[in-house]
Amino acid sequence: MELKFIKMQRTIHALAIILLILSAFSSLALGAGQEFPVPPPPFTEGIFPCSQCHASMETNWKKRELKDEHTKIRMHHAETMRWCLDCHDVKNRDKLRLYNGELINFTESHRLCGECHGNLYRDWRAGIHGKRTGYFMGTGKRTYLLCAHCHDPHEPKFKRVIPEPPPFRPMDRQNVK
Amino acid sequence: MSNKDYTRREFIRKFSVTALAGLSLPVLSSCSKEEVEDFLQKHFREMTEEEKKQVIAKLEQRYFEQYGRKFQISTQEALPETLWGYGLELSRCIGCRKCVYACANENNTSRYTRQLHWIRVLRLKRGNLINLEDSEHYYAPETVPEKGFVYLPVQCQQCQNPPCVKVCPIHATWQEPDGIVAVDYNWCIGCRYCIAACPYKGRVFNWAEPNIPKDQVNPNVHYLGNRPRMKCAVEKCTFCIQRVRQGRYPACVEACPTGSRKFGNLLDPKSEIRYIIERKRVFRLREELNTESKFYYFFES
Repeated sequence: MELKFIKMQRTIHALAIILLILSAFSSLALGAGQEFPVPPPPFTEGIFPCSQCHASMETNWKKRELKDEHTKIRMHHAETMRWCLDCHDVKNRDKLRLYNGELINFTESHRLCGECHGNLYRDWRAGIHGKRTGYFMGTGKRTYLLCAHCHDPHEPKFKRVIPEPPPFRPMDRQNVK
Repeated sequence: MSNKDYTRREFIRKFSVTALAGLSLPVLSSCSKEEVEDFLQKHFREMTEEEKKQVIAKLEQRYFEQYGRKFQISTQEALPETLWGYGLELSRCIGCRKCVYACANENNTSRYTRQLHWIRVLRLKRGNLINLEDSEHYYAPETVPEKGFVYLPVQCQQCQNPPCVKVCPIHATWQEPDGIVAVDYNWCIGCRYCIAACPYKGRVFNWAEPNIPKDQVNPNVHYLGNRPRMKCAVEKCTFCIQRVRQGRYPACVEACPTGSRKFGNLLDPKSEIRYIIERKRVFRLREELNTESKFYYFFES
């Protein structure tokens, strides 16, 4: 009887350990593989894929003012230390490049932004920085936005906007019969 | 005398009953049948399911005649295990008033000859956030944000200890189980005690029949929320009760271009609002009044 009891205890212990390990793995997997389904990145029309022009071009590493193409891009994003090829990959122009050399799609560009803006990236993943629309709970769809949907990656600072009109005052014409 | 048993007390009782009936008959008969029905309608919380269905059918018919649209009026109850809370990041708000007009469109507020808004964006001098009496909400610069100013949008704060509910003499306003303070527009008599009691100016009054252009009416409504109101009813922000009870973000959250507005369930430890309360510098407006508001302003930190 006692033996049986000890055996049972052992199996319970073993089960508990297995469960613990499993739960640890699953939580890790969830953390790493959190996916953010986003709408297509905001490309200028007809500009993507980049390789359709760049494949046949020679790489010019020199930092310079662009005169023939991409003339509308104003670089105001730590421009003293940065150049196109710090983020865009040289060999595969349709991809972005992380510090560790990993190539990512434009739909994952938040990972690239997060390499410098870590605290904002943490908030963005939690849904605090930036905007979410749709359903926040239940089965409905929730829409995430990339950093680039709101900020121009080359010039991330927001421009001033025109406000909506102020409310009518109590004695305004539109408020009195 | 033959009717000696006819005491004075009995006479007064009978007389007063007949007088009351006689007085109220012409009053009620001077109204249309529909108005009489509205007047005698029961309080929303006391209605049975059957009565609710009848009232909804009647309202849908009336709105169809008035606005030419098929309305969907929901009477959805509060979801279990929910307490709604709101977050607003002051360091990001640029005062563009997009939320104000998105709210008006969603919630069928009157547009002209008494324009009613549920959100009021206050402009304050930077570094002067506590002096709300120095604020300005008619500001109209060419572009925002202006240098040297901060913007503080104020709407109903959905207090957990709501002063407006306490003062209502007829219980036309009450707190739902999910924390939303609701108004039964039919039951409201328009005394406006609640407007006087609210320290946030969160409530507005329909001084006249509301004017909503037919093409701008939102036909997806909730009985306690954005259904078109009538003259003499008090109304206010309901955290978009018709949306949040389906798990959808309120209209102002979706309209904000800077993503300053956040929403979530305070009882869910994984919700956005709990993340904000646990990790950001948070304050509530006029906390000293013990209103226990569920509207959290926060800063980037």
